Amino acid sequence: MEMKSLYLLIALAPLAGSAIAGLLGWAIGRVAAHLVTIGGVAVSAVGAVYVLNGLLNGAPTFDGPVYTWLTVGGIDYSVGFLIDNLTAMMMVVVTSVSLMVHIYTIGYMHEDPGYQRFFSYISLFTFSMLMLVMSNNFIQLFFGWEAVGLVSYLLIGFWFKKPTAIFANLKAFLVNRVGDFGFLLGIGMVLAYFGGSLHYADVFAAAPGLATKTVQIFPGVEWSLMTVTCILLFIGAMGKSAQFPLHVWLPDSMEGPTPISALIHAATMVTAGIFMVSRMSPLFELSDTALSFILVIGSITALFMGFLGIIQNDIKRVVAYSTLSQLGYMTVALGVSAYPVAVFHLMTHAFFKALLFLGAGSVIMGMHHEQDMRRMGGLWKYMPVTWFTSLLGSLALIGTPFFAGFYSKDSIIEAVAASHIPGSSFAYFAVVAGVFITAFYSFRMYFLVFHGEERFRHVHHDDHHGHHDDHGHGHAHVPHESPWVVTLPLVLLAIPSVIIGFIAIEPMLFGDFFKNVIFINHEAHPVMEELAHEFHGAVGMGVHSLSTLPFWLALGGVATAWLFYMKAPQIPAMFKAKLGAIHTLLENKYYLDDIYFGVFAKGSRGLGTLLWKVGDQLLIDGLLVNGSAKVVGAFSAVVRKLQTGFIYSYATAMIIGVLGLMTIWFSGLIAH
Amino acid sequence: MVENLLSLAIWTPIVAGLLVLATGGDKNAGLARWVALLGSLAGFVVSIPLFTGFQSLNGGMQFVEKAPWIASLNIHYYLGVDGISMLFVVLNSFTTVMVVLAGWQVIQQRVAQYMAAFLIMSGLINGAFAALDAILFYVFFEAMLIPMYLIIGVWGGPRRVYASIKFFLYTLLGSLLMLVAFIYLYQKAGQSFEILKFHALAIPLSVQITLFVAFFLSFAVKVPMWPVHTWLPDAHVEAPTGGSMVLAAITLKIGAYGFLRFALPILPDASRELAPLMVGLSLVAVVYIGLVALVQTDMKKLVAYSSISHMGFVTLGMFLFTGNQLNQWAVEGALVQMVSHGFVSAAMFMCIGVMYDRLHTRNIADYGGVANKMPIFAAFMMLFAMANSGLPATSGFVGEFMVIMGAVQVNFWVAAAAATTLIFGAAYTLWMYKRVIFGDVGNSHVAEMEDVNKREFLVLAILAVAVLGMGLLPDLFVSKMHLSVNDLIAHVAHSKLQ
Repeated sequence: MEMKSLYLLIALAPLAGSAIAGLLGWAIGRVAAHLVTIGGVAVSAVGAVYVLNGLLNGAPTFDGPVYTWLTVGGIDYSVGFLIDNLTAMMMVVVTSVSLMVHIYTIGYMHEDPGYQRFFSYISLFTFSMLMLVMSNNFIQLFFGWEAVGLVSYLLIGFWFKKPTAIFANLKAFLVNRVGDFGFLLGIGMVLAYFGGSLHYADVFAAAPGLATKTVQIFPGVEWSLMTVTCILLFIGAMGKSAQFPLHVWLPDSMEGPTPISALIHAATMVTAGIFMVSRMSPLFELSDTALSFILVIGSITALFMGFLGIIQNDIKRVVAYSTLSQLGYMTVALGVSAYPVAVFHLMTHAFFKALLFLGAGSVIMGMHHEQDMRRMGGLWKYMPVTWFTSLLGSLALIGTPFFAGFYSKDSIIEAVAASHIPGSSFAYFAVVAGVFITAFYSFRMYFLVFHGEERFRHVHHDDHHGHHDDHGHGHAHVPHESPWVVTLPLVLLAIPSVIIGFIAIEPMLFGDFFKNVIFINHEAHPVMEELAHEFHGAVGMGVHSLSTLPFWLALGGVATAWLFYMKAPQIPAMFKAKLGAIHTLLENKYYLDDIYFGVFAKGSRGLGTLLWKVGDQLLIDGLLVNGSAKVVGAFSAVVRKLQTGFIYSYATAMIIGVLGLMTIWFSGLIAH
Repeated sequence: MVENLLSLAIWTPIVAGLLVLATGGDKNAGLARWVALLGSLAGFVVSIPLFTGFQSLNGGMQFVEKAPWIASLNIHYYLGVDGISMLFVVLNSFTTVMVVLAGWQVIQQRVAQYMAAFLIMSGLINGAFAALDAILFYVFFEAMLIPMYLIIGVWGGPRRVYASIKFFLYTLLGSLLMLVAFIYLYQKAGQSFEILKFHALAIPLSVQITLFVAFFLSFAVKVPMWPVHTWLPDAHVEAPTGGSMVLAAITLKIGAYGFLRFALPILPDASRELAPLMVGLSLVAVVYIGLVALVQTDMKKLVAYSSISHMGFVTLGMFLFTGNQLNQWAVEGALVQMVSHGFVSAAMFMCIGVMYDRLHTRNIADYGGVANKMPIFAAFMMLFAMANSGLPATSGFVGEFMVIMGAVQVNFWVAAAAATTLIFGAAYTLWMYKRVIFGDVGNSHVAEMEDVNKREFLVLAILAVAVLGMGLLPDLFVSKMHLSVNDLIAHVAHSKLQ
């Protein structure tokens, strides 16, 4: 088969599945709907593995058009694919996690009346995400970018009767649009200054020649073109990858069903920004200012979002804040020019975070749609598979040596240590402190959910997640293990969560995997070379880490969590009482939501009302239109006796009156 | 190849309209509807060869027809289209079919007159787009006001008289000055009303500016540009669904087309001089009107304001100069936006009409949870809401994207101001969608709503195909306009100050 046809098949198979399940779901029924979507994604997954395997065995990179979307000024703006190692790896991650989530959904959503619609959406998401990562140009990238945003919007609001869900999805869409505002202007800068093409290869080829070019964004002030362009593009990444201060939508996105939290809001969509910056490395490498900006934003996100994870009681929100913090880690890696490390962490994170989310979903099912960890405890006995896989996922997340997350996160920390660009010392503090925090909140969750007292026995279960009935298992309140369609994906995701780092670190970070894919200016940013210099094999790295600070911090975090939530539960209460102000600050998420809502949402509405009532109704309609008509009317009342009294006389008079006023007004304008 | 295609596109719907009138009173309403549908379909079919037979590689006017009309004044029945006007003849003929279908069951009184008004208006609008003689243009341009005035005044809502008079006076006021401008140009062009001869005239700057103001008063009201826009929300609110669809999809476009056909090529130096004003007013439309749309409580007013905001992109794209060069991205983006807005706004008004027919209210607060009762409708409206928010793969994206891309090349801050539509456009559209469609069933009236019937489904589905088609294959449309736009840009770049 010609490769282009295969790529088309990989991208379009989920779209076909989505269309069938979405448009014909009412006719074909639930089983057929999930079979056809799973089939579509399975085709993509197999194809993606085949493509990656081919590339690893020396197949050439593909960069070619599919069809002409637009031509302007003789330049062709085509939809097209760029299939290199970075793309192929993303394709494998997206389709494999998506496939797991599709299977899991059979169990998780099996009582939902919107079953077919849900499958249609997640397949549509898979298509959109594939279009995003497979693109060879900025327009298609933006299409994928917005399309995943659309599906995210649809899925957060999947239970559209729930007021919180439809608030959250609107918020997510609008916050993302703020990021897209910058992103689109960034694309505009590329089009305007990089030779008129939006094809990656052309733009990257033009970039070195523009490294010192300046533009006047403010008249008289020369700014580096590359810095302006890269920061604008990165603003898009801040929206999609939920970086401070545009992160506020992600925790609320947990209103959506759990499978999509795993797929979209942890493993794939939110990593689009990380992918994008890595893809654009030939641009970002040319602006140290932009890199520093990225580094600081990432550090803030990594550290301060971690703090918020500590005080959450909703199991999904803990994982959500953990995702925010980990996205911060990836962004930090981008900022120190360690793009391969960022992508590596993206990959390992995709597996263990999808696992943790799906595990949380399994717990929620087992608890009959309870999400509050204060009503859980001791679940390991009742849900052995969920318990064990979640433990593996948590160990991967906190960076336990030899687990997947260890290799990627430790590499980030070392990369930051080796970097000297402005902001790297703050970043180093953030990512090292983050290790303790990550371990602490992860195992706080782990202990609260799986160990300790069986608190679900004490509390009366009130079903305030009203969308679901009691899950049909009659005798409520005793947790139960989930069906195999749920546990199988957990097991399958647990495997890479443990081993993928060990296998992949050497080829991905220190081999040729990203050669000619990611561009690094090694002279200015020698971070990757220093990492390579210190790397002596995956085993050696694991053993060596036992004597380093991050390992002991992680261990300390776990021990503290054990002390606080297993051994001496009075300690957290004491802290809460003593440090009330800090707790309140965290509880209110640094008040960012309130500020945004108060300033932007209410402010826009207030301004809109003002412009409408005063501008449109009072000044234009009241004064200009009706006023002039009244003036003319009064005038004609004086001379009424000369008039025939027919309506057209008045109409003529009104026209003349309005004309006169307009003429005066415009001659005034023109005079200036 | 049939001769006189443009005449056919003009007169087929007008003759069909007269036939519909001949069916008489409401006892023959059924017949009137079918004649109207066949007539509108015939009008659309005869317009298709204009698109398919258009020679993209030839600049200049095509399908030209010329015959003397009033010989003593040297006025001609002179028709022809370039890659710009051709698109609007086709769009207009297409929209007429949608409008006839949209009013099928909703209009129960004076059916024949209602349908006839739309058909006749359709022909007149085609005439305005195809006219190459200024007086012929003027006649069509003025005549098409009358059916619209009647549509609002007869089949409109409770304040229809206020709205229709406001509409009529507002839009009439500028056109008198336009006529004066034409007479001046007639003298200057050696006693000729040919628009193409107007294009070649050398005119001093002061006169250009005066003429520009005359054209501006005529066309800015139609677009409508801020601050002469307040007639539009009133007209929309009172107009029946079909009226709103045509008003938004087509009538507004005549104003923008006027700038393109008259103001820019006849008065390039004045256009350049006044471009900052035009850009400023356009950005006010995008930002100010976007904010006003956010706080509307009436769905139709909201979409009407959204229309003004989207039309801001059209006038913005047409007046972005670098030196004396218009920007190709921006001009073509403006044109794409005009066509796209034709589909999207027609679809949005159709959606509101569908709900209005069931609940007889346009208040957002009277709805809530419509998706529970009308899932198919909710899916359609989601698509159109997203198109209204400029989502890629819908037609709504292409025009805004192109204008913003062009604007970055001209002035970063103009682009940034225009790009705020990404946020405001999504905010007012999706916030309305949330309050109307999402949520639990809002009240007992909503609980009784039934999903779309076959006729409504058909209209929405055709519009959905158009919106997606243009989003996925914009080159199909854009490639038709390249040469005409290039000609325009080259022409405008050339100063006419002797």
